[in-house]
This record gives sequence, C-alpha cells and structure tokens, in this order.
Amino acid sequence: MNKVLTIAPSPHIIQGDSVNKIMFRVIFALLPALAWSFLAFGLPAVYLTLVSILTCVLAEWLIQKYMLKTEPSVKDGSAILTGVLLAMNLPAGIPLWMVVIGALVSIGIGKMAFGGLGQNLFNPALVGRVFLLISFPVPMTSWPNVTQTGVDAVTEATPLGLLKEGLKSGTPLSELTSTLPDHANLFFGNISGSMGEISALLLLLGFLYLLIRKVISWHIPITVLGTIFLFTGILWLVKPDQYIDPLFHILTGGAMLGALFMATDMVTSPMTKKGQVLYAAGIGIITVCIRIWGAYPEGISFAILIMNAFTPLINNYIKPKRFGEKQHGKA
Amino acid sequence: MSESLLFTILIISAIGIASAVILYITARKFYVYEDPRIDRVEEALPSANCGGCGYAGCRAFAESIVKDNTLENKFCPVGGNEVMDNVAQIMGLVAEQNAPRTAVVRCNGTCEHRPKTKHYEGVQTCAIAAMHYGGETDCSYGCLGFGDCCVVCDFDAIHMNPSTGLPEVDDEKCVACGACVKACPKNLIELRKQMPKYRKIYVACRNTDKGGPAKKACSVACIGCSLCEKECKYDAITIANNLAFIDSDKCKLCRKCVAVCPTHAIIEENFPPPKEKPVGENKPEAAEA
Amino acid sequence: MLKTFKKGGVHPPENKRSADKSIEALPQPDIATILVAQHIGAPSKILVSKGETIRVGQLIAQSSGFVSTNIHSSVSGKVARIDTVSDVSGYKKEAVIIQVAGDEWLDTIDRSDELITESILDARAITDKILEAGIVGLGGATFPTHVKLMPPPGMKAEVLIINGVECEPFLTSDHRLMLEKGEEILVGTRLLMKALGVKRAVIGIENNKSDAIRNFRILGAKYPGIEVCALRVKYPQGGEKQLIKAVTGREVPSGALPVAVGAVVNNVGTVFAVYEAVMKNKPLIERIVTVTGNSLSKPSNFKVRIGSPVRQLIDAAGGLPDDTARVISGGPMMGKALPSVDVPVSKGTSGILVLSEKEGHRKAVKNCIRCGRCVGVCPMGLEPYLLMTLSEKRLWEKAEAEKVMDCIECGSCSFTCPSNRPLLDHIRLGKLSVGNLIRSRK
Repeated sequence: MNKVLTIAPSPHIIQGDSVNKIMFRVIFALLPALAWSFLAFGLPAVYLTLVSILTCVLAEWLIQKYMLKTEPSVKDGSAILTGVLLAMNLPAGIPLWMVVIGALVSIGIGKMAFGGLGQNLFNPALVGRVFLLISFPVPMTSWPNVTQTGVDAVTEATPLGLLKEGLKSGTPLSELTSTLPDHANLFFGNISGSMGEISALLLLLGFLYLLIRKVISWHIPITVLGTIFLFTGILWLVKPDQYIDPLFHILTGGAMLGALFMATDMVTSPMTKKGQVLYAAGIGIITVCIRIWGAYPEGISFAILIMNAFTPLINNYIKPKRFGEKQHGKA
Repeated sequence: MSESLLFTILIISAIGIASAVILYITARKFYVYEDPRIDRVEEALPSANCGGCGYAGCRAFAESIVKDNTLENKFCPVGGNEVMDNVAQIMGLVAEQNAPRTAVVRCNGTCEHRPKTKHYEGVQTCAIAAMHYGGETDCSYGCLGFGDCCVVCDFDAIHMNPSTGLPEVDDEKCVACGACVKACPKNLIELRKQMPKYRKIYVACRNTDKGGPAKKACSVACIGCSLCEKECKYDAITIANNLAFIDSDKCKLCRKCVAVCPTHAIIEENFPPPKEKPVGENKPEAAEA
Repeated sequence: MLKTFKKGGVHPPENKRSADKSIEALPQPDIATILVAQHIGAPSKILVSKGETIRVGQLIAQSSGFVSTNIHSSVSGKVARIDTVSDVSGYKKEAVIIQVAGDEWLDTIDRSDELITESILDARAITDKILEAGIVGLGGATFPTHVKLMPPPGMKAEVLIINGVECEPFLTSDHRLMLEKGEEILVGTRLLMKALGVKRAVIGIENNKSDAIRNFRILGAKYPGIEVCALRVKYPQGGEKQLIKAVTGREVPSGALPVAVGAVVNNVGTVFAVYEAVMKNKPLIERIVTVTGNSLSKPSNFKVRIGSPVRQLIDAAGGLPDDTARVISGGPMMGKALPSVDVPVSKGTSGILVLSEKEGHRKAVKNCIRCGRCVGVCPMGLEPYLLMTLSEKRLWEKAEAEKVMDCIECGSCSFTCPSNRPLLDHIRLGKLSVGNLIRSRK
C-alpha cells in the first residue's frame, strides 16, 4: 500500500490548549462577580453587560470583515472577554449609548488599531474605560447604591471617593471611618462601586479557579496587592490619623479587579516572571501615589495603562536566566 | 503689555536663541566631510535599494564607487548601462558595458508532471521546507512551490502560477538583481544573458539522480542521456552528474536540442511555433542549407 | 524528593503502550539497505563492491575521520548494488543494498547469551574496540561513542551518567532493555568507566519505570561505584544537559561540551552495544526498536537488523492502519516524520510511531497572545516567541545574541503554544542561518 503520508517538522503532538479555551476560562472565572453585580444593581447591570459584549463582538467582526478584509476571528472569545471586563469597570447606571462608545473605543482603538489579537500595547477594556472617564466624568463617577434597582437609584460616592472628599474637606480620619463601610462589607460586596469591583470575595474565588487551571500565575496579582498593602501600610504606621489602614486600600476601588483580572492580561504584561513582578510593583506604587496625592480617588486603571507602556521595555531588558549562564555575568 | 506676558515672551525667545546657538555649535563641531560626488552619484541611481549590485542599498553603492574610485565590477542591474554611463560621467571614468540579464527558473515539475507523494504540513515557506524534506514529490531537487522567490522580489517580476505550482518570471520587469536566486534553497533560479525578444532555451531540471529514478519522480526530468550534447553544433551543452546544462553565452537558439530531448526537459520560450512540414515534400530545407 | 531539572519542561501524556511487551527478534529482511551516513560526522567510505558475498558482522564501510565510524553488515548475502536511496528526510543518500541469503555470521562473533563479566582489556583497548564496532549514540543523536571517550586535552571526566530516562512518550525500547539485559548493561557501564577512568557512574531513570529502577538496585549490589538515580517524570529529562543538571546539579555552559563539567552521558542502548562489542566481539548490527501508536493493533518492541525496511516492522506490529496520517521515526516530540514506509532502519531509529488522522495533523496558526508559556517551558531559558519573530524578519545577528544556538530542539515550545505557532520550525531556520553566519566569519 502506498499511502500518502503527512510530513512536518517535529513536534508531532500538541498540548491541546487554545486561545479559545483560555478566554472562556477567564470569562468563567468572572461569572461569580458578574452575577453578584446583577443581583446588586438589577436589570440595568444586565443590559449594560449585554450591550458591552454585543458591541465589542460586532465591532471586531465588522472591522475585520470590511475594513481589514480578513477572516473574522470573533470565535476566539477575546472580544467577548473585553466586553465583560469593560462592563465590570463601569458604574451600573450609565446610559447605554456611552457603553456603546466605550466598547467601540476599546475594540477599535484599543485593539484593532494596533493589529488585532496579541498586538495591542494597552489593555483594551481599560482604554475604553479611561476614555469614558475623561469624556464623561460625571456619569462615570455616579455610583448607584447596592440593592437598588432602576436608573433613578440614589447615587453615592465609593468608599475611596468618600475618603478623599472627607480628607480634602478637613474631616479628621477618625470621624470618617465611622461613615465608611467596615472591612466585612468591603469584602463581601455591600458597597457601591463599579459593577465588577464590589465583591472582593467573589473576585478572589475566580482568581483561585484561574490559578488552579494554570491560566495565570500568582506573580502579578500578589505583587500588585502586596505593593499596595506595603506602601499604604507604611504610611498608616507612620501617620495613622492621616492615612487609612492598608486592608481598606486593597479591598476598595478597583484594586482587586485590577490586580486579579486587568493587570494579568497576557497580551499587555511582560513575558518573564521577573519582568511581571517588576511590572506589578510599578502598578502598585503608581496606584498608591494617585490614591494618596493625586486628584482622582482611584488610580489603578491609570497605573495599569502606564505600566502597559513599559512592558516592551521590560521584555527587552529582563531576560530569563539562560541555562549554563552564571548568575551575575556573562555566559 | 502685562508683566507676565512680557516675561513669557522674553523667556521663550531666550530659549529659542540658546537652542539655535547650541545647534549651530554642535553642527560645526560634529561636521563630517563627505565627498559631494557621493550625493550626485546616488541621485543618478534608481533608488530601488534592492541590493542587486551587491551593496546594502543605493547609498552604499554610491559610497563604494566614490571611495574606490573605480567602476570595475560595479554594475547596477536595475539601471543598466544607461545609469552606469551617467555615473561614469559624474566620476570622469568609463563604465563597462554589461549585457542585460534575466532570471530563468530551471524546473518544469508541474503538478501534472511531478505527482505529489506526500503532504507537507510545516510552515509554508521554501526555506523551512527545504531544511527538513525534499518537498512533496519524489524529486527532491525541484521547486517546492511556496514562493519565497516571489516574496523577495522588489520589482513584481516573479509570480507563482497556481495551476502549475511553479514561479514564472516576467521578463519585462525582471532586472536580474539576484534576490530570487539567493532566496531559492534549491538553487533553481539562474541569471543569464537576455536574448532578443526574450527568447530562452534552458534545461528545466536540476535532478542529478540517475535516469530511472529521475524519470519516475517527474515525467519531464533530465535523464542525462546526452542526446542533446551530441546534437549541439556549438558545444553549448555539457553533461555532469546525470544532468545537462546549456551555457547561455554559447547557445545560438537553434532549438535542435529541444527537438531531440526524449523527456522534453529542455524548454524553449518566446519562439514562434515550428513550421509545419507539408506531407510528401522531400527535405527542401536540406537543399537550401 | 526525586531529582529533576528546575527550568522549564512539559508533561506530554506518556502513552507507554508497549512497556509490558518483551523484546521480540524480528526475522531478517529480504533486502537490507545499509546507509553509509548513519552517524554525526563524515560519511563512511564504502569497502565492498557489487556482487561481493557478505557475512553478518563484516565491515562494509570504514570510518573516514576522527568524528566518523565503521559500518558493518547486519545480514549475509550478496551486495545487489551500491546506490542512493531516500532516507528519513526524503533526500537521497548513499547506501549498500544487500540481497539477503542465509544467516552466516563472522566466526569471531560470540552469539551465545552467556553473561561475561570480566575483561582484561585496558582503557585504550576498550575505546579502540568501540570504534571498531561502529558504536554510536543509540538515543537518537548517533554521535560516535569513541569520540566521547576521548575528551579534549585539559578536560577530565569525573562521572559517567547512563541515560535510562526515555522521556519521549510512546517509546519503551530502553525500558525493556533495562529489564531484560540489566546485568549486561551494568557490565557495559563498568567497561565504560574503565575506558574513561572514572570511579563513579549514575544510571538516571524516570520514575515511571519503577520496575527497572528496582531491577538495577538489586543487580547493582554486585557493582560498586554504580548508583541508580530515580528522576521525576518530566520532558525533556533525557536531554543530555538536563540529565547532567538533575544528577550532578551542574549546568553545562553555553557552547561547551558536557565533559567540561566532568560528565559523560551514554544511552543504555549504547552501553549494551558496548558490552556486546567488547565481550562478544559483536559490532553494532542490530538494535531494539519500539513500534507503537494508539491505532496499531500490536504495539511491540522488536530486535531489528539495521537496514530492514520500516514497512517490515509495521507489518509485524499489525500492519499500517487505514487512517494513518503520519509515521514517525523516533518519538512524537523530536522524531522525524517519514515520507514513506520504505525507508531503512538505521542506527538512530529508536522507535516507529504511527499517528492517526485524529492525532497527526497540525491546527491553524493564530496570532501570538503573549501568554509567555513558551518562555516558561523552555529548558534552556530562551524566548521562543522572540526567536520566531527574529527568524521571520531574518535578523540573524540579533538571533545569535538571543542565544538561538543554545536551543536543543526539544519541541516543548511548539507543544505548549495555545495559538499553535510553529515556533520550532522558525528556530531551526534561525539556527541554520546563524550557523552559516558563524562559519562565514572564520
């Protein structure tokens, strides 16, 4: 028998993982926190998420098919993931047309303009979010209270927002802490904030799932949270009447969401473990600086985007240790 | 004018003037003298930056001409004799006249002639395929068909023909820069003198196996039978390693070898079809010749 | 705590289907095709001519340099012709083709199975016998063994490491050899220790072969100086540098020989061949080949004469299944896909693997998602994604600076990439081009 055999260079077997599987694992890990946000904010949250996902997917499909004239790759799930992450970064009450703009910016500018999957320099969901924050500052900082439904829910500031406003107006810290949610509420999610950032517990559950399935490693999240904890801890120890405790810092704002899901985006973070630790430390430090001395109450989105810009530099200079190379010095 | 406005204008002007002075000083201090002829020669060149001259771009070629101060062995295939004459005028030298050349792909192993006996699934470029395997057919010398030659051509002069699976050279655009020759891992492309009306006669085969296996792999392979060598009156054909080679400098395009080749391995291009001999005539050509 | 190499590595499914199949001797082929370049180094010079009568074990091609070796006939009969045949790569190489008749061996070869444990030969004589017998690395690299036993001046071996790891999925020939010829391997190890002048030998075996480890620990009581080291199951533990790192903790520097850190590594198959060559006067004419695959009906371990066609082996293992996509010579991670089953078995053929349509096709290539897995699994600490980009852009000097020449071509990067990027294909092109660049500088 003269069968026509297939020839190809080795290896002849593959592990079997795919981009698709990775994307859907991350989406799965986000589901608990997303479900909580639906419960907390009601139908507006559901609509927001749906619009975000649909716009992202449609935008990617249209751009690829008609502008770039290539095969659309929406099946790989990355547009859906961007849609989910963008939704989780937004306040539940914003008008849906703003969500559409945010999604278009995320996919069109944040991802496609750079060349599609794997080529973007900045985290697409954060590009969309920051664009919306700067273009529409008021709706983007009006946070509906938890367990209220409907668009005319009473809005209040996030815990970080309350803290910043309070300190600026001269209220001493000891008075403020009684108005802020306690740590338990921060952990479980009975606070106001963007859709994805409120429940630290559920975010951590998702993170654990990703760790077990080996989708991401612990280096970036632990280092980001650790750095924030360390520096706010130092400030708190030095002046406890001016700076709030570090546990508050890591449980509020987008710290959990940012550290666990946004900073760990594979495309925009460094390739080596050493590089990732450096990148994460940078994020932590910049976040603390913006929170304490900057104009915004929350700085992690900006911190991540700034460090994204450093990722190629980190990749260029931080190389893994070559086999056979001495620790300090040439091979 | 308010004080702050005056102050601003003064500061900005001062910065402007200081920058200008610094720029001027650095420009003078770090000035590198360059022979002005380099610029003039570079302007005369076609700016294709193809590397066909053997140098890294037109500027590097211009520099080498001026620095070596000779035109020996320096030829721009894109510009040809016209451009070299212009350069010669600038330099005050005499340019050698080179015959224009063109590229020829020495393989005729189309999908029909050379059946596929295996299926290659690696990266679809010739460089990588050649490293691991001799291609998808039983002739390991022939064209791999992935088009590395087409990708490197700067002049749009070579394209893959999808029905034959082989590259085809567009003689009008080909400038014989040599990029495709370097790109082909099988050394199938040859640069040879361009004949009038783009006519070519060449052995479209590089198979050095013995006749039997060669013919089994490809129906138009050269089997090294030497019939063409014996037929050629101009000593243009040599046989080595079971393969015939036609020297294009000696070839007079008489086409006798094409008629005699038993496997049709020798190709003629751009010739009119041979005249039909009417039945019954008693060799009138022999009487004329 | 099992020893291992710390950096990189992957865990492909083991699929050791033929691990419990004892070695079967395959009959001689009808026609033996013996290639003259079955080793790294210069091809051997052919000594015989058409029509000559040959006996088993007869020298038919001679070593043509220091890094070259002898080639012997594995069959008896007449030389049918000396011709070029297609080998594993599809390119034609020179071979001696013998029409097999009878099974006449050279009188000097001891064909008995009796174990001989003592030899009066000294180190030099042992090395010469290894050269004469045409022994090369049977792990697949086919490096002439006698060259390994003669380190360059200034370097001295301190430990001999025997590679019983067999980290490639599917392959079990070394495993069976260790179980069935354990004491012969220990004798062979002692011979190599004498040839190198070392007092310590370590047999490295992956932990999924616990019966072989037990076997050696029991037999090894009579052989002081030889220890057994159980290693964690991780690919590519069997790579020379990774094995040295796991057993001794030392890293072979980039571009250097293993003997630079005092280690010499030999495969168990090679050690067994050394035993046969020194104690039985038998040159390298046959080897154990695993014939396996998920779709084969009778996965087996065969003792095969060099020069047998692969077709014969597959037929003996149940025949080529209809849905075969690839036939691999070697293991699935580093083996070479055969262009046809009519290629001959050579000294480096450690296994024949049949992959069906479901398993044996590449998937569509997607964009790099910068996940960093390739960097994480590379056992040499390289960055495959970067080397692929540099190779695509033909930036050979940069590739050299990124240490592309250190790549051991284990395939872990391409194996693990979720976008199915052909990383190793491009890295190989990079190594070839950088190698040419380095040579052109000299």
